[in-house]
Amino acid sequence: MSPATYRSYGLELLMTAVAVVFLFPVYALITLSMKNPRQVADSPLAPPLPPTLANFGDAWSSASLGPALVNSAVITAVSLLLLIVLGSTGAYYLARRARGLGYGMYVLFLLGIVLPFQLGMIPLYKLVDGLGWLGTYQGMVLFYTGIQLPFTVFLYTGFIRALPPDYAQAALIDGCDHRQAFTRVVFPLLRPITGTVIILNAVFIWNDFFTPLLYLGGSGKETVPVGVFSFVGQYVSDYGLVFAGLVLAALPILLVFLLLQRYVIKGFAGGLKG
Amino acid sequence: MNSLPGTATSDTPPRAPGQAATSGAPDRTRRGDRRRDPTVPPWIFVVPALVVYAVVVLYPSLAGVGYAFTDWSGVGDFGFVGLDNFRTLLGDDRALRSVGNTLLLTLAVVVVQNTVGLLLALGVNTGIRSRALLRVIFFAPAVVSPVMVAFLWKYVYNPDDGAGLNGILGALGLGGLRQDWLGDPSLALWSVAAMVVWQYAGYSMVIFLAGLQGVPADLHEAATLDGAGTWQRFRYVTWPLLAPALTINLMLSTIGGLKLFDQVYAATNGGPGTASETLSTVLYKEAFVYGKFGYSTAVALVLALFVAAVSLVQLRFLRAREVTA
Repeated sequence: MSPATYRSYGLELLMTAVAVVFLFPVYALITLSMKNPRQVADSPLAPPLPPTLANFGDAWSSASLGPALVNSAVITAVSLLLLIVLGSTGAYYLARRARGLGYGMYVLFLLGIVLPFQLGMIPLYKLVDGLGWLGTYQGMVLFYTGIQLPFTVFLYTGFIRALPPDYAQAALIDGCDHRQAFTRVVFPLLRPITGTVIILNAVFIWNDFFTPLLYLGGSGKETVPVGVFSFVGQYVSDYGLVFAGLVLAALPILLVFLLLQRYVIKGFAGGLKG
Repeated sequence: MNSLPGTATSDTPPRAPGQAATSGAPDRTRRGDRRRDPTVPPWIFVVPALVVYAVVVLYPSLAGVGYAFTDWSGVGDFGFVGLDNFRTLLGDDRALRSVGNTLLLTLAVVVVQNTVGLLLALGVNTGIRSRALLRVIFFAPAVVSPVMVAFLWKYVYNPDDGAGLNGILGALGLGGLRQDWLGDPSLALWSVAAMVVWQYAGYSMVIFLAGLQGVPADLHEAATLDGAGTWQRFRYVTWPLLAPALTINLMLSTIGGLKLFDQVYAATNGGPGTASETLSTVLYKEAFVYGKFGYSTAVALVLALFVAAVSLVQLRFLRAREVTA
């Protein structure tokens, strides 16, 4: 074997060792979730022999994961829909009118990417409270749509600017109005960036914790992270049960990630080039 | 709506844009070119986005700036107190500690996360067979909720001798290194930083990988022919061309570090004592535990100024050293 091959094997070995160390918390998570309290106390690091699946059933019901998954899914889906519609239409205008007022509005949107949301946290809380929307889906949907719009508009505007205006122009010539030209011609061309918008926003919204804790705590509309938070607080000493809950709660997004990993990684790696 | 400039196709014959296009230039005689350009969509397109953005971000942020100068408690009347909140902040040990902690935590996360991310990217961006799998493994924690990652790491940081990290150290014969990772005031902040690095090093890796794939192979070949070794090729070919990826990574990790809340709240809640308190946990507690909404928004304003200042400085400084292949 050539020295290059040896080096390649050496690197392979090194990277595998790094991955094994990296995965230790995941090993602890999965093995503990399959242990009964005795096994957790007596042999926390050993493989779960014999493994038990009882924790999963208990965790599912005590963490109310079913309802929490529904809440998360509804809030994420509706917010994404609004972000796509408002973000793409707004960006279409901003990209095509890149000077004067259009440019001013674009810069105003960019400001929202840098502003920490904590600055407006309390006035917004009061506003949502005033609307009677604390503990409701629409309160969370409004929050996520607004808070993620700057980033979404930024992504769409960059993409549309690189898109020749000729397609829309051709549609206008053929007698479409602007709305038809957008929905039938321009929007389908935005598919790649819409994919990125969906991935980045979905991961953020699905995992967000701070605001749903404030807005939804104790309402029965808790999302998965908030549900897990109160579940862990309640059963903190029972690691087997707690970790079974964590596994179940993390599973949906991990499965989606594994199925779509090429697109997800591409979205995260490429979405921020501006 | 028909009276709005550029909105209505109904008051313009459908053929008009076509005529403009075939004649090579739109009709610019009356209103100025911008307004007459028939390909610019009507401004109603941007109105819904603008309204939602104004309601959720612009108005509350402006109001937040205003409340920072009041003694608002969340209910009832409140008065303008000038700079009192900021004076209080300067005498508030917990808040001052949180400023230092926020900066230290951010610095640690930025340096370690990007170093580890870069090394992982360099390791994965080779001919090794497991590269696709490794990429997925290292990136996976980034898609999981930070709160859940914090709970997992609370177990890893378990003070018990036999469990978690301490258990591993014991099994490796390194029992002397066992620590109360989150309970020791001198360690808690760094333990939180390590947990954040574990979650997001793969994210940095993915951005560096995208940068590495943009480095042309012939540049490396040319450098090799000129007698450059591995280190020299990295230093003089790869590293300069990674500048855009580095800019993005540094900005993301810095802003993320400054605003960090979920992980700290779930892992230590700022403790023990004030050992791992950050600006985010302080402003949360001031508002929702102590009801000092005015003071809390003052702390938030300080955080916002930090984020804005750091972003601007980084952007200017980092963009200046970017080159293209």
